[in-house]
Amino acid sequence: MRHGTRIAVGPVQFRVGSDWAKPIAALDRLYADYPQHEDRPADATVRLFAARPWRRWLRPSVHIGGDYVVPDALPLPLSMGLLAAEMGMNLQVALGWRRHLLLHASAVAKNGRAVIMSGASGSGKSTLAALLGEGGWRLMGDEFTLIAPASGEAFAFPRAVSLKNQAIAELAGRVDPARLGPLLAGTPKGDIRHLIPRADAIETMHEPVRPALLLFPRFGGEAAVVPMGEGEAFVRLTEASTNYIALGEAGFGALTRLVRTVPAFAIAYPDSASGIALVEDLWAEAAR
Amino acid sequence: MSAMAILVDLFAGRRDAAALAPREWDGVIGVARAEAMLATLAHRLAEVDVPEPVALLLADQRRAAEVATGQALWEAEMARRALAPERIEFVLLKGTAYAAAGLSCAAGRQIGDLDILVGKHDLARTENALLKAGWEWVKSDPYDDAYYRAHMHELPPLIHGGRDRMIDVHHTILPRTHRKTPDPLAMLADAVPAPDGFAVLCPTDMACHCAAHLLADGDLQGGLRNLWDFHCLASDFAVADPGFWGKLDGRADQHGLRSEVRRAARLARDLLGTLLPSGWDAHDPTDRWFHRRLLARDDWGRSSDFLLQQAFYIRSHWLRMPPAMLARHLWTKWHKRR
Repeated sequence: MRHGTRIAVGPVQFRVGSDWAKPIAALDRLYADYPQHEDRPADATVRLFAARPWRRWLRPSVHIGGDYVVPDALPLPLSMGLLAAEMGMNLQVALGWRRHLLLHASAVAKNGRAVIMSGASGSGKSTLAALLGEGGWRLMGDEFTLIAPASGEAFAFPRAVSLKNQAIAELAGRVDPARLGPLLAGTPKGDIRHLIPRADAIETMHEPVRPALLLFPRFGGEAAVVPMGEGEAFVRLTEASTNYIALGEAGFGALTRLVRTVPAFAIAYPDSASGIALVEDLWAEAAR
Repeated sequence: MSAMAILVDLFAGRRDAAALAPREWDGVIGVARAEAMLATLAHRLAEVDVPEPVALLLADQRRAAEVATGQALWEAEMARRALAPERIEFVLLKGTAYAAAGLSCAAGRQIGDLDILVGKHDLARTENALLKAGWEWVKSDPYDDAYYRAHMHELPPLIHGGRDRMIDVHHTILPRTHRKTPDPLAMLADAVPAPDGFAVLCPTDMACHCAAHLLADGDLQGGLRNLWDFHCLASDFAVADPGFWGKLDGRADQHGLRSEVRRAARLARDLLGTLLPSGWDAHDPTDRWFHRRLLARDDWGRSSDFLLQQAFYIRSHWLRMPPAMLARHLWTKWHKRR
């Protein structure tokens, strides 16, 4: 393809090709401080392409392709090329990765132990992880948490955090502006702005941690904590995993071990500050 | 050298995987994924010293394929449990058959749907038994449904609601309207037992079906996988039975598939290094179009050579139905799209 770059996030080496220079330049800026291994072959390929040659210039629209594609996925305007790249990378991991059990969950870690937060988009799992990652925590990722079937350990996937809507202002006030990507206004997912994780999150991205707390956050309503049984946590996480079925018995083994050894809670919170307070309280209890 | 050319060289053993450059691996991994052959490649290179990240990725693929093969065989078992009480005998076809019979091409081979062959007289009973056991219709479109029933070699696909897996119930191996009309009764009559009590086609029929599937049914999209199947099947059968190639000739004639089988053998020789006996070792100038079609993919895994693809697409329809019927079919499809 005309333009391309290579990005390593956690255990996954991507190669991203594009018909346009702009999305690649934007990616290169977000991932400039991630480790580069020129000699390492790519595990996954992402392609950003124009469906017809003239659509490279005329009302340019970015189709997302790669090793895995979603049929009938709608293209994005070139101004949202960075979002297209992010979606393409997520897609390859979600559908192609087999080394770990993939949980659609954010995670943060402290002292070698992790809090894993699983929830639908809008639950606030990304925002909570991003905010905790600006405090005393190591950000492991806002999108995927990887569980090694053999050891049960959690591995990080610290891609650039995808901040949405109100979360943008909440984080923008706290971090160095150089760590923020361009504002992508009015995308199909709302306003989006990427946050480059702190250097410590990137430096330690290959270090495994032991899961210590499972949370199922829900943004909105009164602050509440409800302990969750193993069965419910198990079923929720099968739904939050994109490769649970493909892993077969190894996936079942990893997930049963996770829910049996790690306490789980559903939490509701009216605002980020109380959400973070809940996480810290539960952590203090779990870490005891 | 293109990634596709490297990929077939790796399969043929013409190139040392340990000597590939990192950027060559990018392309090879990409096109192998696109051809649904990465796990097959992983098995082919299991003993080779490759860079560590590649070795890890290939190990992932082998493990995942093992799970997928187990799931495919379980689906065959589910079909047996649905059909056995009705005393319906069936023969496994394609990927599931290769896995059930423990053939070398099954190692890492992706298996999509469960394909089975039943006698035409058992078709209605098979359909009812599967519907009773939890399979459901996929096609809701009445034209497609009627088309399948009137003209195809299989029932409209059925999907199992609980397991989300498809089954294709064949009563012959090529569409009824196809220019070639193989003999499904002979295939059923000569089927052989596989371990675990399943039945599979006998070696010559298996090779005939593989060649027909590759060259007479479809536009060769993803054909490299079928060619690899043919290479493994023919090579293994020839080792087990020195008379295999001669028998294959006779059986191909019986099914009217001589030219397909001969061409599959030549293509496998040219691309994958299959050893052919004398008498098979001819050259045909039209083969080069098939070589090009089978390798039509760029280093980013995208289909290339658009005109050639289109030509093979038209060819597939041309083989599949007579011209007047093709015109009617395309007319209906075009109207429905509007």
